[in-house]
Amino acid sequence: MGDILGLIARRLGLGLVILFVISIIIFFMVELLPGDIAQAVLGQGATEDNLAALREQMGLNKPAIVRYLEWLGGAVTFDFGSSIVTGERVTGLIGERFMNTLFLAAYAAVIAVPFAIILGVIVALLRNSIFDRVANVLTLTSISSPEFFLGYILILFFAVKWGMFPAISSLSQGMSLGDLLYRTFLPALTLVLVVTAHMMRMTRAAIINLLASPYIEMARLKGAPPWKVIVKHALPNAWAPIINVVALNLAYLITGVVLVEVVFVYPGIGQALVDAVSKRDFPVVQACCLIFAATFILLNLAADVGAILTNPRLRHPK
Amino acid sequence: MKNSKDQILIDRLADAARDAKVSRRSFMNYSMAAGLSASAATGLWTTQANAAPTRGGHFRLGAHDGNTSDSHDPGTYVTYSTIMLIHTFRSYLTLIEPDGSLGPDVASEWTASPDAKEWTFKLNDKATFHSGKKVTANDVIASLNHHRGEASTSAAKSLLSDVEDIVDNGDHSITLKMASSNADLPWLMTDYHFVICPANDDGSLNWQSGDGCGPYRLVDTEFGVGYHLVRHDDWHLEGAYFDEVTITVLNDPNARQTALVTGDVDGITQIELKTLSLLERDPNIEVDNVPSASTVTMPMFCDVAPFDNVDVRNAIKLSMNREEVIEKILFGAGTIGNDFHHSPAMPYWPDDIPQREYDPDQAKSLLKKAGAEGLSVELKVADSVFSGAVDMCVLFAEQAKASGIDIKVNRSPSDGYYSDVWLKDPWCVVQWGARPTPDVMYSLAYKDDAAWNESHWQNERFNELLLKAKAELDDDLRAEMYREMAMLARDDGGTLIPFFSNFVYARRKNVMHGPDLAASWQMDGARAASRWWFAS
Repeated sequence: MGDILGLIARRLGLGLVILFVISIIIFFMVELLPGDIAQAVLGQGATEDNLAALREQMGLNKPAIVRYLEWLGGAVTFDFGSSIVTGERVTGLIGERFMNTLFLAAYAAVIAVPFAIILGVIVALLRNSIFDRVANVLTLTSISSPEFFLGYILILFFAVKWGMFPAISSLSQGMSLGDLLYRTFLPALTLVLVVTAHMMRMTRAAIINLLASPYIEMARLKGAPPWKVIVKHALPNAWAPIINVVALNLAYLITGVVLVEVVFVYPGIGQALVDAVSKRDFPVVQACCLIFAATFILLNLAADVGAILTNPRLRHPK
Repeated sequence: MKNSKDQILIDRLADAARDAKVSRRSFMNYSMAAGLSASAATGLWTTQANAAPTRGGHFRLGAHDGNTSDSHDPGTYVTYSTIMLIHTFRSYLTLIEPDGSLGPDVASEWTASPDAKEWTFKLNDKATFHSGKKVTANDVIASLNHHRGEASTSAAKSLLSDVEDIVDNGDHSITLKMASSNADLPWLMTDYHFVICPANDDGSLNWQSGDGCGPYRLVDTEFGVGYHLVRHDDWHLEGAYFDEVTITVLNDPNARQTALVTGDVDGITQIELKTLSLLERDPNIEVDNVPSASTVTMPMFCDVAPFDNVDVRNAIKLSMNREEVIEKILFGAGTIGNDFHHSPAMPYWPDDIPQREYDPDQAKSLLKKAGAEGLSVELKVADSVFSGAVDMCVLFAEQAKASGIDIKVNRSPSDGYYSDVWLKDPWCVVQWGARPTPDVMYSLAYKDDAAWNESHWQNERFNELLLKAKAELDDDLRAEMYREMAMLARDDGGTLIPFFSNFVYARRKNVMHGPDLAASWQMDGARAASRWWFAS
């Protein structure tokens, strides 16, 4: 167990270094955006006088490197500074948005992960049957379509034609959980459709790959039923690649939802990021990007640790 | 006062008005001709003609253009959804009525000194903030001062740069003293930045609290996402029929239209024109298509070759087939432009100026006269200017080939278009929001020394008239001056104006409104929440 804790600590340390490099890249990429913050804030209607006054007030006249160091100093203590556009604390501004995104991701994951793995096991069991083919075609079709298109199709049928679910997922305060699940069902379903194919096909491939192994033949020869061969003998050895794919897809659920949020008007962090970019609101953009990067790093770490835990050979290296 | 025959006439008028066959303006004229006083006629209009709007219900409005970084600061209002919001919960000194005239809001009446340099606004005694505090002269002065002075970051600073002092007269009225005459000042007070907020003790403005004296009180605010409001019972004007109002920011045009079709909202701003005809087919939806004063301009730098020659400018103006542009790019939702920036939705509009037609032959002969045959020019445009902006330029380039003009359409990035291209490149496409009066518009973008003189146009007579008209309190004389200025802008100016855009927005069928719709903003001058009602 001590090895694993050491490994986690090492990977976390490495993750921090990566985050630091990413923060530099983010900061200077944002600097490269054309246009001017003061102009973006005041709009077309601003005169030179207003612009100068606003730039001074926002501290935009300092050199970029000074602003970067100031920001980094705050960020290590989880203080992302204030939005230069509204003056509100960034943490307050995106905290709630991030929770909304996490909620939607969790909602989609709770449906998608068991669904994809069970479906993967079933199609592995019934490989090359009609069921296998149909499941593959359907999931591949959904992963090949852009999310916003899937979203529009779902809206067309579930909201406009059948009126079963609302077309927009606007949230209000004091909503009950049931209400919340009902209002966000369509965006969650869109995400489920997007991530299922990847996980299901990896489960299927990993299991089928193992079915040629001698120990599976042994299990068959001793008379174990096919489902037991797969669930009890093949699946435990297939976990490592499956966990990897699941982790990657979970990361996608958080960082890749921008389009889904726009289509369903869901107040998540992706929408906040788009807004911030269009307003040149550096602190918010940087905070959002850092959160996305951290999510990716943490989920990848989780995937590695999960893969090690499910594989005794990796747990006890020689 | 009136005989039975007149009473029959009045009854008939009320019937016609109920069926929306007669506008408020004509209704008032006929009623007064039938012997009613103005106030009686107004009362009759509101009670009879509109079949008595019913109170109650929860109005849910889907508005486009909202951003997380929007704020309550009146100096930085910029997005359309905030403009919808502020007209719902804050008030102004004056307002634009549905028929386009100027009406009272927090100021109940106003008068000018004969030279139009001093304007006195008498405040409405009933005006009350949502906190329960009465609106005082102090609050109004602080609200206006927020847009004045060195430190102000307000985008509306330039509108008040002429104001030298604002005085509290001590009798619930204020006086604005200006350096030069301005007959338009009461109109300027309708600018969306000039909301009335409570003052702090030190005379600064307390805009942060989200308090206001408008028809509804803010309950829940999440910028860029949505707003929830309830009726302010002590509002000083008539209306505010809904009990509750929700404004949801729906930036995606498809999300907006779907939400309206499925009944998730009761009204939406800004319809995608491409799908307009499909939406109109829905029996539960009503589309409102209102000519507005917002427009698209194509300014040419009058001091840069080849645009420094007036014949070249006019040849280019003659080379656009505006009808085709309106039909193909705007799907009919536009009013033809005539190269002067004064829309039929503004006061003093001259209706007798001949329309400039598409005439490649005349354009050719003008080019020949200017010695500029085989003219080749670059036109910069970005997708974000308006929906179809690039398409319009490509179409225009095709049309101009008939006059022998080669227009190279240069598609620039939407990001930073207004800081990098506008006012910097000799010819581009610009979107302009509605301005209340011709003076505001001309002073902003056509005056010789204006910061935004986007065509670098210098015309002595035009600028002389501009100042004269600004100080003229006689409406007929003013109208005559604006007519002459329009002719100058049309025939000498550097700006091609293809059309004035229409406001196209939609509502569910059970949402009712009066026969006129204000043209200052979408949704009845952004006042749908206080002017519209649910059919009972």
